[in-house]
Amino acid sequence: MVEVESIDNNLLPHLFRTEYTKMIAVICHLFGMQHIELAEDIASDTFLKATEIWSLKGIPENPIAWLYTVAKNKTKDYLKRNVFFEKEILPNIKAENLEYYETNIDFTEQNIKDSQLAMIFAVCDPANSQEAQICLALQILCGFSLEDIANAFLSNKETIKKRLQRARENLRRQHFEIQNLDPTEILLRLDAVITTLYLLFNEGYFSRSNDKLIRKDLCSEAMRLTFTLTENAMTNTGKVNALLALQCFQSSRLDARVSASEETVLFDEQDKNLWNTELINKGNYYLVEACSKDELSKYHLEASIAYWHTTADDNEKWKYILPLYNQLILVEYSPITALNRTFAFSKVYGNEKAIAEAEKLNLQINHYYHSLLGYLYSPIDTDKAIRHFRQSISLTNSDVEKKQLSKTIYRLEKDTQSL
Amino acid sequence: MKEFVFIFRNSDNPNFKPSPEQMQQVMTSWTNWMGGIAAQNKLVSNGNRLSMSIAKTIKPNNVITDGPYTEIKEFINGYTIVKAANIKEAVELAKDCPILKMGGNVEVRAIVTPDDNS
Repeated sequence: MVEVESIDNNLLPHLFRTEYTKMIAVICHLFGMQHIELAEDIASDTFLKATEIWSLKGIPENPIAWLYTVAKNKTKDYLKRNVFFEKEILPNIKAENLEYYETNIDFTEQNIKDSQLAMIFAVCDPANSQEAQICLALQILCGFSLEDIANAFLSNKETIKKRLQRARENLRRQHFEIQNLDPTEILLRLDAVITTLYLLFNEGYFSRSNDKLIRKDLCSEAMRLTFTLTENAMTNTGKVNALLALQCFQSSRLDARVSASEETVLFDEQDKNLWNTELINKGNYYLVEACSKDELSKYHLEASIAYWHTTADDNEKWKYILPLYNQLILVEYSPITALNRTFAFSKVYGNEKAIAEAEKLNLQINHYYHSLLGYLYSPIDTDKAIRHFRQSISLTNSDVEKKQLSKTIYRLEKDTQSL
Repeated sequence: MKEFVFIFRNSDNPNFKPSPEQMQQVMTSWTNWMGGIAAQNKLVSNGNRLSMSIAKTIKPNNVITDGPYTEIKEFINGYTIVKAANIKEAVELAKDCPILKMGGNVEVRAIVTPDDNS
C-alpha cells in the first residue's frame, strides 16, 4: 500500500501509472478487446473523478480501494444505461447474463493479475509489426502517454498517434478471444510475447533516447510484464525465466552505464560499486530456474553471457563467454552477435587472430563493425585504427557515439605524436 | 548463394585415446570454426556427427556387415551445410576445419537444386 503522507503531490500520477492499465485490463478481460476504448473511458473518468473529489475532500484512507470502487460503479452504470452498451453489447447479452457481468466486475488482486496476463497476450498480436506491438504495449500495458512513447522512439507525437491507431485497428480486426484465453492459444503466442518483451527492454537499455528516466521506465516496465508471466504456471517457462534473468543482469548495470552527463559509460570503465547486487542475485535465481527447465533458447545463452559479465572482471570469463557466443550465433544470426562474438574471440585468442575473423564478416556498412576493427587495430596499427573509427563516425546517426569515437581518435593521435 | 555440404572423413585409429584436455580442445576448435562460419551468416545447418560404433552396411541379398567401412579405412564421421557464392568460397571456409589437423579431410559438394542440370 502507498504511504499517502510522503507522496501527497505525486500520489495521483503515481496511482495513474500503476492502476490505470490494471483497470483497463480487467474491463477488457470482461467485455472483450473490441471494447478497449470503453475501458479507457471508464478508467479516465475514474481518475478525473478522483482529481475532483480528492482536491476538495482530501485523499481517502485507502486510495486504491476508492479508485476501484468508483471504476466498478462506473462500469455498472455503463452496463445499465449507456446507449453504446444497448446497441453494441446488449444484443449479445441475454437478460439473465446481465447479472453475470454485473457481479463479475472484479478488481481483486487475482483477477487483476489474470486480466493483465490476458492483455499482454492480446496486445502482442503478430498481426502488428514488432515496433507497433511495442508502442501498443507501452500505451495499453504500461500507461505511457503519447509524448512518453514519442520520446522513447525519438519520434513525434503525430507519427506515434497514427501508428497506434493503425495498430489498434488491426487488433480489432483480429477478434482475439481475451475472455477465455486457452492454453493452446497461450502456447502459440508465447514466443511472440517474449520477443516483444525482449525488444521492449532493449528499447530502454540501448535506447535511442538519452533521457535516463524514460530508459529506466522502459526497462522496469518490461521486467514487470515478464515477471507477470512467471507468476502463471502456463507461462512460467524456461524461456520466460531466462529472459527475466537477462533483464535482471542487464539492469543491474543501468546506473553504472550512464554518467552524470548522460553519456554511455563503456563496460570496462564502469564503477562496479554502482552495480546493483540485489538485481544480480535475482538474475542468478531466474537463470537457475530457466536452466532447470528442459529447454535451451537464445535467451538462455544471452542470460548466461550477461551472467559472466556480472562476475569479477578477470580475463578468465571470456573463455566461457566465447563458446556461448558460438552457440548463440548458431541459434540465430545477427550482425551484432557476429561482432560481439568476434570481440570475445579477441579476448581469448588476441587481436591479430580476431582481425582475421572480423574481416570475413562482410559488414562494411555497419558502424559497429568499424568500431570493432578500430578497437582491434589500436594496439597494432594506429593509422588503420583511426581510419576505421572515422568510417564508424560517418556511418552512425548517434551524436553520443560520434562524440565518443572522436574522443578515441583524439587519444590515439595524441599517443602517436608523443612517441 | 549456393548451398554446399562439407563431408568430414577420418581414418580409423583404434590406438587414439584422447585425454579429457585433448577432447576439450577438439570441442573448442570445432565450435570456434562453426561459430566463425555462422558469424559470416554462411551456416545453413550444423549438420550431424555420425556414430562409428552403431553402424551397419546393408548390401544386396541381405548381406549386412558391421561398420560403415569394409574395403576402405576412411569413414565419414559427419557433415555440415554451408552457403557460399561459389565453390571457391566454400573451399575457403573449409580450409580452417579442425579435422584437417587430426589427419582427416573435408569433401566439399554442391547441393543439387532443381535448377541444376548437372
